[in-house]
Amino acid sequence: MNEIASSPVFGIATTLAIYAASLVLHKRVKWAHPLITTTVALLLLLKFAHVSLEQYQHGGDIITLMLGPATVALGVPIYKHATRLKHALPALSLGIVAGAFVGMITAGVTAALLGASQEMVMSAVPKSVTTPIAIEVAKQLHGIPEISAAMAVIAGAIGSLVGPELLRRLRVSHDLAVGAAMGTASHALGTARCVRDSEVQASSASLAMALAGIATSIMAVGVPVVMRLSSRILAHLHS
Amino acid sequence: MQGLAVLFVFQFIGIALHWLGVPLPGTVIGLILFTVSLFAGVVKLDTVERTSSLLLRHMLLFFTPVILATTHVVSSTRGQLVAFSASLVISLLAVLFTTGVVTNALLKLRTTADAETSEASAE
Repeated sequence: MNEIASSPVFGIATTLAIYAASLVLHKRVKWAHPLITTTVALLLLLKFAHVSLEQYQHGGDIITLMLGPATVALGVPIYKHATRLKHALPALSLGIVAGAFVGMITAGVTAALLGASQEMVMSAVPKSVTTPIAIEVAKQLHGIPEISAAMAVIAGAIGSLVGPELLRRLRVSHDLAVGAAMGTASHALGTARCVRDSEVQASSASLAMALAGIATSIMAVGVPVVMRLSSRILAHLHS
Repeated sequence: MQGLAVLFVFQFIGIALHWLGVPLPGTVIGLILFTVSLFAGVVKLDTVERTSSLLLRHMLLFFTPVILATTHVVSSTRGQLVAFSASLVISLLAVLFTTGVVTNALLKLRTTADAETSEASAE
């Protein structure tokens, strides 16, 4: 069993099969989100088959490789919806970039104030962005990519569950604004929720997911500079 | 297949440019160049539309292995679980609030300035 499990085919076959099964299940049982069922089923399989995570990743890494072209593919919703949403583009971009900026600051500062390590803070900074970009930005900032990915996914799940209700309470009534907020805060999962609610929301959500990803990675270039400056200022104040 | 080739080539160009010193993640450089090429008409929507929508629809599949690795990492940083969760929730709420309220206010400003037909249908 151990030798077979080390083959990349093991990781690829099990992941694809379980993912496909969880999609079928999701059609019948609405609350069984494929994100949760796929993860739990795979974890159980590895545990009971006594396969280590390392062995599994021989195949898993090949699946993750597809995140690259999938991220580049985000250009398609930008292109399609930008042409359609032309009239609202200034308002949308401003709101999305503002949200991405606030997301980085609040995530980083909260983690730092609660005594997280430097690595952890740098992993938190890119959290409010679509997972593949979060992973890339985390690598760049010397954070832990897996932590950023986890935070991004969990933020996506929570946002897609409670986002629309919260936005209604905040009197965000415009469908385009609801979509933009969902796409910026909860990226792919938030967008998926919008697809179910309204097509107008879905279009601004996918635009937001892609734009926020680009904006965050551009702003992340400045993060190390800001960190160096602030630590220098702190050192001055102490001396 | 053509679509997949285009996407991979753009990712590769991005990675190469990153290696040459552009300070953005390679994949994001690829995304930016790809988007610009779509607007410029260098890449036709028809060539990439089907592959792209397939990849985007199954994004979840591609980061399943990353999520599995997460369970391992999260348990190793247990001491920082409070910072982890608080940072996550606070930043999530802040983003929802900022983008939602800013965009909504700006759109309302516009609607009152000139009531456009497309905007009325969006309401």
